[in-house]
Amino acid sequence: MDHLDLARWQFAITTIYHFLFVPLSIGLVFLIAVMHTLYVVKKEDVYKRMAQFWGKLFLLNFAVGVVTGIMQEFQFGMNWSDYSRFVGDVFGGPLAVEALVSFFLESTFLGVWIFGWERLPKKVHLASIWLVAAGTTMSAFWILTANSFMQEPVGFAIRDGHAEMVSFGALLSNPQLWLEFPHVVFGALATGALFMTGVSAYKLLRKQQLDIFKPSFSIAIVVALISSILVAIVGHDQAQHLVQSQPMKMAASEGLWETSGDSAPWTVIAGIDVSGQKNDFSLEIPGLLSVLSYNKLTGQVQGIKDLQAQYEAQYGPGNYIPPVRTTFWSFRIMVLAGGLMVLLGLYGTIAVMRKRLERQKRYLRWMVPAIGLPFIANTAGWIMTEIGRQPWIVFGLQKTEDGVSPTVSSAMVLTSLIGFTLVYGILAAVLIYLFVRTIRQGADEEGVHPADEENAKQAHEGALAETEQPLPAGTF
Amino acid sequence: MLETVWFVLIAVLFVGFFFLEGFDFGVGMLLPFLGKDDLDRRVIINTIGPFWDGNEVWLITAGGAMFAAFPNWYATLFSGFYMALFLMLLALIGRGVAFEFRSKVSHPAWRKTWDWVIFFGSLLPPLLWGVALANLMKGVPIDENMNYVGSFWDLISLYSVTAGVSMVLLFLLHGSLFLTLKTTGDLQNNARSVAMGIGAWTTVLLLLFVVLSYIQTDMFTRNGINPGAVPVLAGLALFSVQFFLRNKKDGWAFIMTGLTIVLSTVTVFTALFPRVMISSINSDFSLTIHNAASGPYTLKVMTIVALTTVPFVLAYQIWNYWVFRKRVSRADHLDY
Repeated sequence: MDHLDLARWQFAITTIYHFLFVPLSIGLVFLIAVMHTLYVVKKEDVYKRMAQFWGKLFLLNFAVGVVTGIMQEFQFGMNWSDYSRFVGDVFGGPLAVEALVSFFLESTFLGVWIFGWERLPKKVHLASIWLVAAGTTMSAFWILTANSFMQEPVGFAIRDGHAEMVSFGALLSNPQLWLEFPHVVFGALATGALFMTGVSAYKLLRKQQLDIFKPSFSIAIVVALISSILVAIVGHDQAQHLVQSQPMKMAASEGLWETSGDSAPWTVIAGIDVSGQKNDFSLEIPGLLSVLSYNKLTGQVQGIKDLQAQYEAQYGPGNYIPPVRTTFWSFRIMVLAGGLMVLLGLYGTIAVMRKRLERQKRYLRWMVPAIGLPFIANTAGWIMTEIGRQPWIVFGLQKTEDGVSPTVSSAMVLTSLIGFTLVYGILAAVLIYLFVRTIRQGADEEGVHPADEENAKQAHEGALAETEQPLPAGTF
Repeated sequence: MLETVWFVLIAVLFVGFFFLEGFDFGVGMLLPFLGKDDLDRRVIINTIGPFWDGNEVWLITAGGAMFAAFPNWYATLFSGFYMALFLMLLALIGRGVAFEFRSKVSHPAWRKTWDWVIFFGSLLPPLLWGVALANLMKGVPIDENMNYVGSFWDLISLYSVTAGVSMVLLFLLHGSLFLTLKTTGDLQNNARSVAMGIGAWTTVLLLLFVVLSYIQTDMFTRNGINPGAVPVLAGLALFSVQFFLRNKKDGWAFIMTGLTIVLSTVTVFTALFPRVMISSINSDFSLTIHNAASGPYTLKVMTIVALTTVPFVLAYQIWNYWVFRKRVSRADHLDY
């Protein structure tokens, strides 16, 4: 493999890995903020214990999300320096704003939240978790502003061979952004919610700490249902926009080689023959692709072959067809996982409303592996979005092969690829171990902090416990 | 004009990063050595617990600001110093999770492992930043297309290693003084002894770095023998640390190491200006704030964003330090 392939693998691995943690963080922090609010409003300790238990899992997850995010920021410079030179003027802006507006906010107030339980007035402390939630959501907004530019470049002009920003407002009002952002945020809420229902289901099946995990399940299942439905609705809007903005991605995600007739059928599954540019077999639902594309039963959808000819005329000779199989299947996997999430959410919400949750043993058992569904959907969604854009790194402006760092050797990329993959693998193993361990331990009992007990013991065994000292006179 | 503003802003972000994360790197390096038992080590980690993550964002913001304001600087620096950045990222990744993971299992081998991850994660970044800054001042092989054409080993020299070690020692000193301010009893005394012990070495190494800078860089030809007030004040601040320590004025001592870091960083950026990366092949190939910068529109937008958000960031970060200003002791409730 040459350094372009290696750089692409590195980007794929590190980005997909990073995005396993980000949606869970965004979703969980929102749910924790709700629980913390209930604690402050209702003054019932159970909500505090809920917020603290889920907080432990959130913090573990957040830590991995943050450290893998640092890698994301610098990776553009390391492996994609020509890309960075070409669009840095436009693309770097949202990234810098993300750091200034979001990272400072979330990291500072997360510290305040972790360490502030007994030290701050209750309402100030509550505000800190909401600020963390605001920070993570804004972070998604700014990174998606940058990503939307790659999907649908707006607000720029080409000067001296590189893209220069001419309108920040255009970047912020990019139609792609206003579909991508809600899709990602609702997806993140669904991820956090399904994680919470899955873990709660595990505890409910074992009849452990029902006071914590029954309300946790009830709150989360409603959020899971609502956000899964909203993800699907926004996803539908996105598809309609896709037909306009990136018809090739749409055609590839449908395995649509030939331009359709006036009413386009939706292909459920197909055997795609990429080299022969045809499908060996396919199972189709009449008219559904037209619905997906235009919200009505009729409407022609352009096929890959016609688009290829059109792009060759527009951009010169070359292959403008993305990996069709990957795009096609990742779209279907995303939709299937999302559909299952809606069904499970609906069933669970009804069970909770009828107060029959604990009797639903089989359903609860299904909800534990269902934790994986949103992660599958998120990953498949991004694979479809990014692979479907190929061969472009910035749609219509720069090809991926032209964005790679020219003087970085394949040995260097290979070294870092192996290094990051190994370290990320270790992190995943440790994180899963700690997740399982924390979940088994369950929430802390009222009024007892195990860490403090341990502390007190050690402090007595060791030197005499020292009392808190104010700054001695003469420090300054 | 705005190019200069952004050069200064990026310098400020690095100053903030080195000043703030400087002490938490120092504390991280001291962790395996100063903590007699696990409780001590937990106290040490809790002194920086509420702060280290926010401190690190100064670096991330500096990176983002470079990308936005000087895309060519960002591209050349991070593709050029590839392996060094790779190592630094691994260090920061390990360190970041270690704080969170360490406290979750009380088995001694588990905790020891993460203690060493914190140690190396705190040692490598200042070492590598020192090396990087020395190379920025000295100049590196950059071709006419703004691409770095050297190897990782071209970055390693007596000069750059001296800079790296000086930075490590300076942060170690800064960190031990922070611990002196934030702890009590034996731990406080031990932290103060460490500061006394390494103060002289730090001064010697930094002096060596200054001497080598005159030989290795164009500081002398640009400025003559008189380096100006800033580096001299940096040196004086460093000298005064020992004096304040002997008189148990720990707060002043900490301010003085902070001042040394600030003034040294300012010196480095002044030595660069208006260049951001110097080409050792041909000075015409050097990246300057002009040929590396974004367009005036981007710079204007970014300036407005920075001017409106930075005051808030500063305000709540300062508030954060105020909220958690108390010393941490063995009898406290420890979160990490």
